[in-house]
Amino acid sequence: MKYVDTEQVHKKMGSRQIANNLAKTLFFLATLFGLAVLIVLIYRVLADGLSWINMDFLMNRLSTDPEKAGIWGAITGTFWLMLVVAPVTMILGIGTAIYLEEYAAKGRVSSFIKTNIANLAGVPSVVFGILGLTVFARALDLGSVVFAGGLTMALLVLPVVVVASQEAIRAVPQFLREASYGMGATKWQTIKNVVLPAALPGILTGVILALSRAIGETAPLVVIGIPALLIPVPDGIFDKFTILPVQIYYWTIDSALIAEYANLAAATIVILLIVLFVMNSIAILIRNKFQKRY
Amino acid sequence: MRVLKGVLHLAKSAVEYDKKKLNVREIIQQKKKTCSVNNYTEKLIPKILFGIAAISVFTTIGIVLTLITETIAFFKDVPFIDFFTGTQLKPLGENAVFGVLPLLTGTIISTSIAMLVAIPVGLMTAIFLSEYASEKTRKALKPLLEILAGIPTIVYGFFAFTFVTPLLRSFIPALEPTNILSPGIVMGIMIIPMVASLSEDAMSSVPNAMREGAHALGATKLEVTWKVVVPAAISGIIASFVLGISRAIGETMIVTIASGSSKNFTLDVTQSMQTMTAYIVEVTGGEAAAGTTLYYSLYAVAMTLFVFTLIMNLLAQYISRKFREEY
Repeated sequence: MKYVDTEQVHKKMGSRQIANNLAKTLFFLATLFGLAVLIVLIYRVLADGLSWINMDFLMNRLSTDPEKAGIWGAITGTFWLMLVVAPVTMILGIGTAIYLEEYAAKGRVSSFIKTNIANLAGVPSVVFGILGLTVFARALDLGSVVFAGGLTMALLVLPVVVVASQEAIRAVPQFLREASYGMGATKWQTIKNVVLPAALPGILTGVILALSRAIGETAPLVVIGIPALLIPVPDGIFDKFTILPVQIYYWTIDSALIAEYANLAAATIVILLIVLFVMNSIAILIRNKFQKRY
Repeated sequence: MRVLKGVLHLAKSAVEYDKKKLNVREIIQQKKKTCSVNNYTEKLIPKILFGIAAISVFTTIGIVLTLITETIAFFKDVPFIDFFTGTQLKPLGENAVFGVLPLLTGTIISTSIAMLVAIPVGLMTAIFLSEYASEKTRKALKPLLEILAGIPTIVYGFFAFTFVTPLLRSFIPALEPTNILSPGIVMGIMIIPMVASLSEDAMSSVPNAMREGAHALGATKLEVTWKVVVPAAISGIIASFVLGISRAIGETMIVTIASGSSKNFTLDVTQSMQTMTAYIVEVTGGEAAAGTTLYYSLYAVAMTLFVFTLIMNLLAQYISRKFREEY
């Protein structure tokens, strides 16, 4: 007695195999599609912008004349912005992570804070811009200065730092904490001297990734009110400023009027991508080099 | 090494006491002193950390409060019904009309175009990486997708405006220089890595025993994938779609740059349309004076945007929690 009709199976097997192979090719092509776009994008940006990059472009101030325009103001603006974002987001992010992982009882309060952070991560960046505009720029009357923009950005990237730090702290094995308690250390001494040093590589990776997100973010700062006008190079965190992505934005929308602005935008994109590439490489390097598996 | 040092710290200090040949009473007194300091910090630190953790909650409260108060002020000027049923949006001039429908259709159309690109391509990429690719191929391809995910949106905006639109116009001559089609497609490309990586995570967590069982019954790889793995991972896959939608609704710079600022109420994708996010950028960029209806309309639109994305995010969380199959 036959349980399977072999003839029937043989008849259908061919078409099933063909369908499988067709699907495999299709899935592979879909994967390549994303990568092909990546290559075209990078090629376009390099083709448009690379020849415009020289020392003058990096060191000059803004100008309406494409030949003279430079991004020194945007570079210093980005630098000052990071000088605000980095400490604020580190203190808030790591502090929150320590509280959630080490101190908070597993109850309503901690799960409420966790849900809140998850939802905060999903709020569109332009809404953070509105918060920054209303609270920091107008209610606190700071204006569209580096400090107001930095606080807004710090809140925007906060969930990235919190989640990365939480994971890093959670990965520190319990026996290290117990060893520390066994030596008579208090809870805070244990956290300060044992947990945080062990979790540091993971935390740093998260911080760098958060900063690289902040460097590329445009919408919140446009909303806070960075003008397209020529503004002086900022000297501190209470000066008005512009940053690389905002510069790219204004040059791109004005490229309909003056074609060379598209090249300036592309050249600025090249600089921005190089900065991001370096930062992400450092993050990966730290992760691979220092992260220990217990 | 540093960890070890930390653990040994106290052991060393004990040895130091011994070296200094202090008598027992002095040691106890010294210990008591540091102990009281320690007790103080031990009580203080959790409070400080709780305060820091609460800031994230205050951020949410701050967002919701600013949006609500200013939105209420807006609805004093413009009736609620008129705002949500108005098909015209002319925020400037004397006879300003505030109807949100042009912005809503703009947002819905751009999001739909984006998801038409992101869902099929993202899901197929996820299937290829999780089911078909060898370990080596996967390790080579995943970082490249991460690069695609890490490119700032402003760069995609530049790409849509200076490359995709001219390219599309050579196929579709009726396409306007600023239109909703090109940013929609580019937005979809931007979301591919997100859909792919979240769906791949969901499919990778399907246990191998299920695949092997299906293979043993004579199923081909495609049949295993489509009839066993995808249904088993469906909650994670759908959640990745919903998160992608939320991301597309909130995306700002691509549409601001490549779709222009015409507030057309239409379904024609070759035309310029404005999304809610692009409207916010336009109005704030114009330095709207505080207290005007134009200024308050910013908050009403932002509130609508916030509610939409919040619903999507909560929906994604609900789906992945409620329909998750535990193996």
